[in-house]
Amino acid sequence: MNDVAIEAEGLRKRYGDHQALAGIDLSVPAGTVMGVLGPNGAGKTTAVRILATLLAADEGRAVVAGYDVAKDPQKVRRQIGLAGQYAAVDELLTGRENLVLIGKLHRLGRKGAKARAEELLERFELVEAADRGVKTYSGGMRRRLDLAACLLAEPSVLFLDEPTTGLDLTSRMTLWKTVREQVTGGVTVLLTTQYLEEADHLADRIAVIDKGTVIAEGTPDDLKDKVGGERLEVTVAVRSELAEAARVLSKVAVGEPVVAEEDRRISATIDSGIDTIADAAVALREAGIGVADFAIRRPSLDDVFLSLTGHAGTPTEEKESEA
Amino acid sequence: MSGLAYDTMALTGRHMRHIARVPEKLIGVTVGPIVLVLVFGYLFGSAMQVPGVNYREYIMAGIFTQVMFSAVGTSAAGVSGDLHNGLVDRFRSLPMSRFAVLLGRTVSDLLMTSLSCVVMAVVGALIGWRAHNGVLQAAAGFALLLLLGFTMCWLGALLGLVIRSTEAVNSVAMLLMMPFIFLSNAFVPLNGLPRWLQVIAEWNPISSVVASCRHLWANQGLVTDNAFPTQHPVLVSCVTLGVALIVLVPLTARAYQRAAAR
Ligand SMILES: Nc1ncnc2c1ncn2[C@@H]1O[C@H](COP(=O)(O)OP(=O)(O)OP(=O)(O)O)[C@@H](O)[C@H]1O
Ligand SMILES: [Mg+2]
Repeated sequence: MNDVAIEAEGLRKRYGDHQALAGIDLSVPAGTVMGVLGPNGAGKTTAVRILATLLAADEGRAVVAGYDVAKDPQKVRRQIGLAGQYAAVDELLTGRENLVLIGKLHRLGRKGAKARAEELLERFELVEAADRGVKTYSGGMRRRLDLAACLLAEPSVLFLDEPTTGLDLTSRMTLWKTVREQVTGGVTVLLTTQYLEEADHLADRIAVIDKGTVIAEGTPDDLKDKVGGERLEVTVAVRSELAEAARVLSKVAVGEPVVAEEDRRISATIDSGIDTIADAAVALREAGIGVADFAIRRPSLDDVFLSLTGHAGTPTEEKESEA
Repeated sequence: MSGLAYDTMALTGRHMRHIARVPEKLIGVTVGPIVLVLVFGYLFGSAMQVPGVNYREYIMAGIFTQVMFSAVGTSAAGVSGDLHNGLVDRFRSLPMSRFAVLLGRTVSDLLMTSLSCVVMAVVGALIGWRAHNGVLQAAAGFALLLLLGFTMCWLGALLGLVIRSTEAVNSVAMLLMMPFIFLSNAFVPLNGLPRWLQVIAEWNPISSVVASCRHLWANQGLVTDNAFPTQHPVLVSCVTLGVALIVLVPLTARAYQRAAAR
């Protein structure tokens, strides 16, 4: 196995007059997880499709598991598993039949395919539903079946395009666990997501894509450091004191504090250290401001996202609805 | 090559399961053709006259051919369905033979239409249809029908890949059926047509297949027409269908690469 499992250089792809990818460079060391983050339409799916040999790039070069995706696609396919953004399962077949079919097409043989299907049905808690038609499955069950299908042939590189969209918390945890198990077993994972929390949790490195280019790359901590120090968040008890509180805090903060009128909250970037925090607390008390909440937090990936792309990622709570 | 055969079989198995899961499909390929045979045999059979032959015998080749033609719609719907549910993407990410996706589709749809053929032959025989020239000639007629069916499956797959939308594909398949079936000798002899229309109908490959079957099964009646395709229907059908397949298969394979790589 090479040290680098996925290597992309200057990938470009154009749809009509829309430049979906404008030169993507990625390098994913073997046995690690790369999280690809980006707003809708950033080009995440397009990049994954090129790396998984489904789509030819207009320009650029990509090597996956040691093989060039354009020159040796069939060899790449032997090494990869792909779970697309939308579950690709046969509605009319049962869950087991779906897996056995994919196993056969992976040339595992009838017996091999059956045994492997059984194993994965168990792992993804689909045994009870195994002999039911997939059209009776819930969205989450479909997703799990889709993931099982892409693990059938024990791939060395996994592409997961928004794997947890539409999953409930339990299923999401199961998936996270599976991804980690795969990585422990030496598998390289490239996953796209809109859940910043997910990337933070799973990814060794994160690439933020916007408008078809990589605008930032690094470990989650690198990216957070880019946004700068810690943040002090103060919620005042009465709205009328908001302006006064902001004035007081601006003396201890680095730069202007940001005021969220609706939430009665002020957030200010501060230098690390207990002194600044104490100063802030004392200043608020001396000004006689009623404080409802006083918190210090590290910048989240949401802050990273916001500052890099100029627009917020999908808020974590509202993502259940999309399939 | 063995990989291609293996993948094709796996996918054919998948399609056969579909038929078992969707009873409407099974009814479509069995009851539909039976109704056709009965309606044409009894209803029109008593009203139509074709010199030298019983209309009930004459019509069978036409019905067989029409059912073979309808494979266009079946294959088209199957292919566009797979494009929509993402399975084509899954297949393309597997180290399988790409051609098997198309071959699996066309072969299984051909098996379905063959089932229709068997059912129709039995019902036809029950209401008095016979192939009078012996087993070999009868089989030759069916072989030709299967060749037509196979060609139509490929045409359908091509349409499905190019048009993509499942609804649009259905109406196009229907639209295609009209001129090919009704501008042929499937249901009526061509003698009554204006001369120019008759020439078109004579060269319609559907007419050649129908005429071949009637010839091979001795269901033809009197042939007064001495146009080349009417005189040599078997030769003409083999050549036209063969050429059509040779053109359609690579065209469809290319359309598959394009449709999937979007
Ligand atoms: N087949 C296609 N034809 C035309 N344009 C396309 C096609 N596929 C994608 N695009 C366009 O390319 C851009 C990138 O699309 P892509 O699907 O890669 O985005 P994404 O980052 O995966 O977005 P999302 O988060 O919504 O899944 C979008 O503007 C999209 O409209
Ligand atoms: Mg996407």
